[in-house]
Amino acid sequence: MTDIFGVPIAVLLGQLLLGLINGSFYALLSLGLAIIFGMLNVINFAHGAFYMLGGFAAWLLLSALGLGYWETLMAAPLMVGALGAVVERLFLKRLYRVDHLYSLLLTFGIALMLEGLFRHIFGAAGKPYPIPPSLTGGINLGFMFLPMYRAWVIAASLAVCIATWLAIERTKLGAYLRAATENPGLVQAFGINVPLMLTLTYAFCVGLAGFAGALAAPLYQVSPGMGSSVIIVVFAVVVIGGMGSIGGAIVTALALGVIEGLTKTFYPAASSIAVFVVMVLVILIRPSGLFSREA
Amino acid sequence: MNSTTMISSLEAPRRLRTTGGFLLALAVLLMIGAPLAIYPLFLIKILCFALFAAAFNLVLGYVGLLSFGHAAFFGGAAYITAHAAKVWQLPLELAVLAGTAFAALLGLAFGMLAIRRHGIYFAMITLALAQMIYFMAVQMPFTGGEDGIQAVPRGYLLGIVDLRNITAMYYTVLGGTVLGLVIIWRTVNSPFGHILSAIRENETRVTSLGLKPERYKLIAFTLSAALSGFAGALKAIAFQLASLVDVTWHMSGEVILMTLLGGMGTLIGPIVGASIVVGLEHFLSTSGLPITFIIGLFFVVCVMMFRRGVFGELKVLIERSKP
Repeated sequence: MTDIFGVPIAVLLGQLLLGLINGSFYALLSLGLAIIFGMLNVINFAHGAFYMLGGFAAWLLLSALGLGYWETLMAAPLMVGALGAVVERLFLKRLYRVDHLYSLLLTFGIALMLEGLFRHIFGAAGKPYPIPPSLTGGINLGFMFLPMYRAWVIAASLAVCIATWLAIERTKLGAYLRAATENPGLVQAFGINVPLMLTLTYAFCVGLAGFAGALAAPLYQVSPGMGSSVIIVVFAVVVIGGMGSIGGAIVTALALGVIEGLTKTFYPAASSIAVFVVMVLVILIRPSGLFSREA
Repeated sequence: MNSTTMISSLEAPRRLRTTGGFLLALAVLLMIGAPLAIYPLFLIKILCFALFAAAFNLVLGYVGLLSFGHAAFFGGAAYITAHAAKVWQLPLELAVLAGTAFAALLGLAFGMLAIRRHGIYFAMITLALAQMIYFMAVQMPFTGGEDGIQAVPRGYLLGIVDLRNITAMYYTVLGGTVLGLVIIWRTVNSPFGHILSAIRENETRVTSLGLKPERYKLIAFTLSAALSGFAGALKAIAFQLASLVDVTWHMSGEVILMTLLGGMGTLIGPIVGASIVVGLEHFLSTSGLPITFIIGLFFVVCVMMFRRGVFGELKVLIERSKP
C-alpha cells in the first residue's frame, strides 16, 4: 500500500470523499444563502434550521407514514419550502424597509424556535435513517471502495446546484430575478409581480436547504442540532467566497469541504477549525472575498 | 440623515440624562438592599449579565455593529480567570485582570479582522471567529472539556475580605458591575462617544470630517470585549465555574436578546433586558418548557413588534410627555 506523508492512500481518498460530501452540503446551503441575500438582502440565519427540518421531514415521512426514499426526497423540500413561503409572507416581508440587522435577528429567533421545539419533542439524540435498498452497496474502483449512496449524494447535489445556476444565469425567469436584484422598482413597473417573486425565491432556496437535509438523513443521523452546527461553517464559506457570485459560492463550498477532509487526515485536532482559519487568511489577503465583484 | 435630526439625536440624550441618571442611582440603591429579599447568587447572575449586555450594547447600540461573537470574550475570560485563580493560584484581582486582558486582546484581534468588512459580513465573521474559540475550548486540555473548570477558589478581596461569604461576594460583584457601567457611561457621554454615534448615523460624513471611523470602531470594539470579559471573569469567580455554556453561540445570541429586549442604544435598557432574560430562564428552568424555543419567540416578538425594546419605548413615552 502506498503512503502519502505516512497516511495510507485509501484513508486519504476516503477522507477526501467525505470532504466532498460535506462540501456538497455546504454548496447547496451557501447557494441558497447567496441567492436569498442577493434578492431579499436578508441573511437567513434560519437556513440551518430549515436543513434540519428537511432531515426531520424525511425521517417522519418514513417512520410515521412509511413513504419510500424517493417520495420523501421529493416531499421534504416541498414541505420545507411551503413553510419558508409562510415565514416570508408573515414576517420577513414586513422587515424589508428597516435595517438588515432586524431580518438577521428575526431569522435567528426562528432558528432558535425550531431547534428548541424539535429538541423538546424528539430529544437531542440522533434518529437513524436507513440507506434506500436501491442505493446500498458500492463500487470497487480498484484503489478504493466507493459506497453508492455517497456517490449519489455528490452527483445529486452537484446536479441541483448546476441546474439552479443555469436557471438564474440562462433563463428568462433568472433574468427577471437578476434585474429585480438591481432595481426592484423598475422591474415592478414592467408588470412583474416582484413581491411574489421574492416569496418564491425564499421558498425555493429554503427548499434547497430542506433537500440537503433529506439527502443528509441517511448519512448523518437526523438530530435537532444538525442545523446550527452546519450554518456557522456555511457562513464562513459565504464570507470566504463573497456573495456576489453563485458559481463562486459552489466552488468555494466544495473546496472547503475538501480542505476540511484533508485536515482531518493529516492533523485531526484542527479539522473543526480549518474552515475558520481559511476565513481569517482570506479576510487578511482579500477582504471582500474570493469571488466578490466589489473588490 | 439631515443636520436637524443629527442635532436632535445628540440633544435628546442631554434632556434624558437626568432621568437616566436618576433611574440608575435608584437601581443601584435597590441592588444594595436587594440581598435582604432575594437569593444573592441569583442577583449576582443578573449583575454579571447586566454588565455583559451593557458592554455589548456599546458596539451594537452606539456604533451600530452587530457582533455575533461576544460569547468568546465572556466565556474566554471566564476560562482564563478560573485557570489563573485555580492553577496559578493568583490573587482574585490579578486573576480577574488576566481574564479581562485576554478578552481585550481577543477583541482587538477579532475587531482588526471583522472591521475590514461591513454590515452583515461583520456579524458572520464575528460568529465564525467565536465558533473557532468554542472549538478550541472543547479541545484544549486546560479547559477541562465538557466538565469545564470547577471548584474555582473565590479567594479574598484585597487579601482581607473572605469571599466565601455570599454577601461579601455579592457586594464585590455589585462594585465591579457599577465600575463597568460607569466606564460605559463616561465613554458614551465623552467626545469619543459622540463620534461613535456619528459613525452609526453616517459613516461617510465622519470620514469627510477627517476622522478614521475604522480606528474608532476598533477602540470601541476592544473596550466592549474587555468589559464583556470583565463580566465573564466576575461570573467565573462568583459561581466558581468556567464552562462551555458561556462560549457557545447561544450565549452570543442571548446577549443580543437582552440588549434588544431592554432597548439598544440606551444605558438602562440592557440592564432591564438582562434582568428579564435571567429571571425568565430562572423561572423556566423548573417549568419543563423548552427554554430555547421561548428565547427564540422573544426574539421574533421583539423584532416584529417593539424594536426599541422595553426601555426604548418607555424613553419615547417620557420624551413625549415632556414639552
